[in-house]
Amino acid sequence: MRLHRFEKDISGCSLTGFIHQDGKRVTGEDIMKSIACMHDRSNGLGGGFAAYGIYPDFKDHYALHLLFDTMKSKEETEHYLNQNFLIDVEEKIPTRKIPAIKNPPILWRYFLNPKRESREEAGLSEDDFVVQAVMKINSEIDGAFVMSSGKNMGAFKAVGFPEEVGEFYKLEEYKAWTWIAHGRFPTNTPGWWGGAHPFTLLDWSIVHNGEISSYGINKRYLEMFGYKCTLMTDTEVIAYLFDLFLRRHKLSIPLACKILAAPFWSDIERMEPKEQELMQTLRIVYGSGLANGPFAILLGHRGGLVGLNDRVKLRPLVVARKNETVYMSSEESGIREICPDPDEVWAPKAGEPVIAELKNKHVL
Amino acid sequence: MKSYIPGNFKIDRDADKCIACEVCVRQCSYEVHAYDAEEDAVQADESLCTGCQRCVVFCPTEALGVQPNSNPGSKNQGHWTDNDRKRVLKQAETGGVLLTGMGTDKPYPIYWDNMVLNASQVTNPSIDPLREPMELRTYLGRKPDMLEIESRDTCPSLKTTLAPQLKLEVPILFSAISYGAVSYNVCESMARASKAAGTFWNTGEGGLHKNLHGYGNNTIVQVASGRFGVDKNYLDVAAAVEIKIGQGAKPGIGGHLPGEKVTEPISETRMIPVGTDAISPAPHHDIYSIEDLSQLIYALKEATNYTKPICVKIAAVHNAAAIASGIVRAGADIIAIDGIRGGTGAAPTVIRDNVGIPIELALAAVDQRLRDEGIRNQASIIAAGGFRNSADIVKAIALGADAVYIATSALIAIGCTVCQMCYTGKCPWGITTQQPHLVKRINPDIATERLTNLLRGWALEIKEMLGGMGINAIESLRGNRLHLRGVGLTDTELDILGILPAGR
Repeated sequence: MRLHRFEKDISGCSLTGFIHQDGKRVTGEDIMKSIACMHDRSNGLGGGFAAYGIYPDFKDHYALHLLFDTMKSKEETEHYLNQNFLIDVEEKIPTRKIPAIKNPPILWRYFLNPKRESREEAGLSEDDFVVQAVMKINSEIDGAFVMSSGKNMGAFKAVGFPEEVGEFYKLEEYKAWTWIAHGRFPTNTPGWWGGAHPFTLLDWSIVHNGEISSYGINKRYLEMFGYKCTLMTDTEVIAYLFDLFLRRHKLSIPLACKILAAPFWSDIERMEPKEQELMQTLRIVYGSGLANGPFAILLGHRGGLVGLNDRVKLRPLVVARKNETVYMSSEESGIREICPDPDEVWAPKAGEPVIAELKNKHVL
Repeated sequence: MKSYIPGNFKIDRDADKCIACEVCVRQCSYEVHAYDAEEDAVQADESLCTGCQRCVVFCPTEALGVQPNSNPGSKNQGHWTDNDRKRVLKQAETGGVLLTGMGTDKPYPIYWDNMVLNASQVTNPSIDPLREPMELRTYLGRKPDMLEIESRDTCPSLKTTLAPQLKLEVPILFSAISYGAVSYNVCESMARASKAAGTFWNTGEGGLHKNLHGYGNNTIVQVASGRFGVDKNYLDVAAAVEIKIGQGAKPGIGGHLPGEKVTEPISETRMIPVGTDAISPAPHHDIYSIEDLSQLIYALKEATNYTKPICVKIAAVHNAAAIASGIVRAGADIIAIDGIRGGTGAAPTVIRDNVGIPIELALAAVDQRLRDEGIRNQASIIAAGGFRNSADIVKAIALGADAVYIATSALIAIGCTVCQMCYTGKCPWGITTQQPHLVKRINPDIATERLTNLLRGWALEIKEMLGGMGINAIESLRGNRLHLRGVGLTDTELDILGILPAGR
C-alpha cells in the first residue's frame, strides 16, 4: 500500500555501476558484490538495479516492469494495456523467497508495443505514447507502478538492502553490458517499493545520491512540458529532465549535463567566445533545469553510462577504467571489490560529466 | 461654520534646549516653524505639520520632537475614527477629491509576513557564500522553450537566436518614478546606482533628461498614456521599453503633474510647454483592447529594430492572471505587476486605499497561470509594490518572480520618511519637489552611494538566504515554492499562493 506521501525523497545513498563498452554481457553477481561492499551507506529501506541488454530475445519490445499492490490494480492496468498495446509476452518477474524481503507486491513484466491505431489516434511517436502510458498508470491507477519501460533493459527494486534485493530478483540469472545499482538511506518514512532507485523512463535510468534543493522549480518546469511528477521524489525529476533534454529537445549528453550542473558565470566569462555564447544561452534558457543541491548520479541508457556530480561536488563519485570497462561508484572500495587492479582511477571534478559510450553498437 | 480639524502631529519643543537658531524655520518647506521676534522664540503651527521629521533631524540641539497627534481628548467613536471624520470635513469644505502620496497605509494583510523560508539541515549541506560562488545574475526577456543546436564536427553551435535580454547582477530594479514627480538629482542618483550595481532604473512617464542619456544602457524608458518625452532618440538610448498600462497605487486612473511643477528642464524633457499641466489619460487612447496593445508592442519592437525587450506594466487587479496571459500572447517580453501597496507621487486617497490586490496573490496567480498555459518561458515577471527588505524579495522570487522593482525603499534610502505628502511638491527632503533650494538637499554623489549600498546589502542577504537553502544560483529559487511555508493562512490563501502550511 502506498501509505506514505513522498513529499520529497531526502536520503543519503550508495551508488555504483559499470559498462562493458565492448558489449560483453555479464551476470548480476559483480554489481551485487560492488554495492554490498558499501552496505553501510544504505539502511535497508531501499535498493535497486538497472540492467541493459538483459532481454536480447525481445529487444524490439518495450519491456514494462510493473508492481501492483492488489489484483484489482493489476486488472485495471492490464485492461488499459490491452486497449492500447499489443502484448506479446506477459509473465511474473522471477523472484526467490528470502526472509529479508517481506510482503512483496505482485511483480509482473510485459513485452509489448503500442497498437498502431491507438498511437496514431493520439498523434504521438512510439516513445511518447509509452511515456504517456507510464504517466497515466503511475498517476491514475491506484496501487500500480511502472518500475521500468525501456527496450532490452529493466529495473529491479525493493525495500531492503541492495544485495538482498539482488538475491530476491535472482540477478545472477540476467546478463547485461551495463549494470547500475543503488542502496538507499532515506530519512523519511520508508515502506514503498516504488520509492527505491533507480527511477526510469523509457530506457533512461537514474540512480542518485543526494538531495535536489531546486526540486520545487524543476518539478514545475517539467509540468509545463506535460510530465507528471507523481512519485514526489527529486530523483524522478532528474530522469525526466534528461528525457526532456536528450530525447525531446535533442540536445547532446554533454550539453544536457551542462544544464543540470551549469558552469558558473565566472567560468563562462573565461570561455572562448563561441563556447561562451552557447553556455550563456543554455543557462538563460534552461535555468529552471539546473539541478541545484548535492548530488552524484549515474544515468544509464541504451548507448552508455554517464556519471555526474553537482556543480560544487557535494557528494562522492569515483571513476575507474580497466580495458574496455568503465566503473563509477560512490566509493573506490566499491570498484576495487570487483576490479582490484584498474588501469586508472580518478575523482571527476564538480559538474564535469563522465561519459562512457557503448562502442560495440551491434549488440543494440 | 467652522470645522474642527486637528493637526495630525504634535510638535514638542524643549524650551531649555532650543537656541532659536531657526534651522527648523529654514528646513521646513511647509512653513510650520516661524521665529517670533517679540518673544525671541520659535513657534510652530502644528496644523501644517506633515510629520516628515526634517526639523527633528536637523535641530542642532535635539530640542524638537514630532509625535502623532492622538487627540486624546476626543471620545472613542468606534466605527468613526478621527481620520474618517477629518476626511469628511475636508471634503465638506472643499468639494474636492482627497489626494495622497506613497503606498496605501491601510492594514491589508502582508502575506510576506505569513510566509517563512527553508534552510538545509544534515541531509543537504548549506553553502557558505563567503567561501563558495553564489550567483544572483538574472536575465529578463523572452526565452524560447527549447534551443536548437547544430553539432557539426565536435563543436556544437547555436542555431536558435535568443531574443534580447536585460542582464541584471542583482534581481532588483528601480521602479518607475518620473522626472517631475521627483527631482533631477533623484533620477541621476538612480541612474548612477543602476550602473554601479549592474541593474536598471526606470524613467517612469516623465521622459529622460538629456544629461542622463549616457546611462541609457541601464535605463528602462516608459511609454505611458501621455506619451511624454517619447521620441526616436528616447527609444534608441534605452536598454528596454516599458508600456505603462497601470500602477498599483492607482489602478484604472491616469496621472496629473500640476503646471507649477513643469519647469524649464521638465518642459524640455517631457516635450510640453512650461507651466502646463501634464495629464496622463486613464487609458492609452490607442489601446482599447488586447489586440491594440499587441500593435503598440510591435510598433515599439519595430521602432527599436527588435533589439530591446518590451515590458508591459499592469496594476495587480482581480483578473491579473488572465490579463497577464493575454499580454504574453500579445508579444510582451517582460510583464511588471504592481501590487496594491505600490507607491505614487500623487493619487486620490480613495483609489490608492481601495483598488487592486496584494502583489503576493497576483504574482502567485500570474506565475501559475502562465505555467498552466505553458507560456511562462515567453516572458519574465517583475513584481512590484512595497518590497521592504531582502526577505520580501527572496519570497517573491520563490513565488515566481524573475526580479522585483523597488521604489519606496530606494527613496527611504535617500531620506524619504514616507510622510505621504509627495503631491504637494514641497518635499523637505528634496525628493518629490522641483524647487531649486529643496532639490539641492539631495547630493547625487551621496544618494548614489546610499542606493548602491542598499542593493549591495540586500544582495549579500539574499546570498546568505540562498546558501542556507543549499542553493547557489538564483534560478533554482525562482518559482521554487517548496522553499516557502505558510503560517497563519487559510486553506484558500495557501492554495492561491501554491505553498504548503508550515509543519507539512
